[in-house]
Amino acid sequence: MTDSNRKVLIDPLVDNNPVLLQVLGICSALAVTTSLLPALLMCVALTSVTTLANGTISSIRHHIPNNIRIIVQMTIIASFVILVDQILRAYAFETSKQLSVFVGLIITNCIVLGRAEAFAMKNNVRMSLLDGLGNGLGYSVILIIVATFRELLGAGTLFGSQILPLVSDGGWYPANGLMLLPPSAFFIIGLLIWAVRTWKPKQVEHADYQIHEVHRTEVL
Amino acid sequence: MPEATEKPARSKDSVSNTLIVAVALSLVCSVLVASTAILLKPVQQRNEELYRQQIILDVAGLYEPGGNIDTLFENIETRMVDLASGKYTDLVSAENFDAIATAKDPELGVAISVDADIANIRQRARFAPVYLVRKDGEIDQIILPVYGSGLWSTMYGFLSLAPDGSTVLGLRFYEHAETPGLGDQIDKPDWRGKWPGKQVFGVGEQPQIEVIRGFVDESVDSAIHQVDGLSGATLTGRGVTNLLRYWTGPEGFGPYLAEIRGVAGND
Repeated sequence: MTDSNRKVLIDPLVDNNPVLLQVLGICSALAVTTSLLPALLMCVALTSVTTLANGTISSIRHHIPNNIRIIVQMTIIASFVILVDQILRAYAFETSKQLSVFVGLIITNCIVLGRAEAFAMKNNVRMSLLDGLGNGLGYSVILIIVATFRELLGAGTLFGSQILPLVSDGGWYPANGLMLLPPSAFFIIGLLIWAVRTWKPKQVEHADYQIHEVHRTEVL
Repeated sequence: MPEATEKPARSKDSVSNTLIVAVALSLVCSVLVASTAILLKPVQQRNEELYRQQIILDVAGLYEPGGNIDTLFENIETRMVDLASGKYTDLVSAENFDAIATAKDPELGVAISVDADIANIRQRARFAPVYLVRKDGEIDQIILPVYGSGLWSTMYGFLSLAPDGSTVLGLRFYEHAETPGLGDQIDKPDWRGKWPGKQVFGVGEQPQIEVIRGFVDESVDSAIHQVDGLSGATLTGRGVTNLLRYWTGPEGFGPYLAEIRGVAGND
């Protein structure tokens, strides 16, 4: 694997993470991360959709007319999402019931269309596949971290098996109900962004404006 | 994948090429989507069926996690009931019976008059399945499918009754979209645990079962028909009351249950 290929695959994991740096795909990151299993399934679904959509769009990029390119991209993405949704309903029925509409909502996930428009339209198939895979994995890393915290602290379990014995079952751990509610995902993602930007100060954005001190003695 | 050859920009953006790409893409995508849906349909239907059977086993208290649902379900006999007469019927098959689709069928469905439609479902099938759980040859539980409107959604569930046709053994909702954290408590074990032992019928023909607001006062006579309401979910509770009263009332399984209870029917 050449350097540029590796960069395309590895960069979205931390350095250019779609959730942490670009703050995309937050909706599903809140909705499906109450426990690990649905989160993991969602990651697989999104990663396969971005990879397949990127590959397909890249392979026909020279034929896509400019004025209908977004429609073409959305049609391709939507088809893959339906494909993935149908497969999940057939082979992962119980978990797909928990994911309910969120698999269908991958269509509106900014990461997928973002990568198609920004990358797959300009690069060859191989690079586009890697880019889709990388961004899908970048999203997955965050979802899995968030889901691990939420399931462990909220219900004391991981993948449904009890890790921390709950007070209500005679153990010592008082379950933190807040962790099962959507706002906790915001807190965890916020803390993750803070941690990553402390580790990689390059990601810190410049302030949009500066506050000047105004003294009373100045003429306003 | 073969790399597409570089084309001059103007042919790509021409009207004819735009049309060709749009039509070709639509065709390819629709064939892809349609064939997946058709190919996977049998597997998905089987999943739905297993899920429904699992819920029925669960409300009957027979479900063992990891157990083979098909084997467990052999203890349960499915019969179709003609709701108007309350008699068993073989006119329709219980296999793949879809109450919602049948309700819309002009032959097999009936419209419910506005006054009678307390469950707010507008139409129902003339037939409904009942699931009979037998123990040593005797009927041990009668499981009835029930559904009706809650606050946001139609709630689908199963009501399990004792052989006397009135004592509740369990109530389980398996599909609904009530408010998360409030109304969705209807499918949580805590609330489900409040149902066993309640009586659907008192004196008279009309079902008395009710989800009240607040806690049941055990000292009053009607407490046997009442179940604690869920705080913040008054309308969901009212929906549960209405759908149970509808389905155990004269429009629903009333005539069938009257037969079982050994009391004269309404007509």
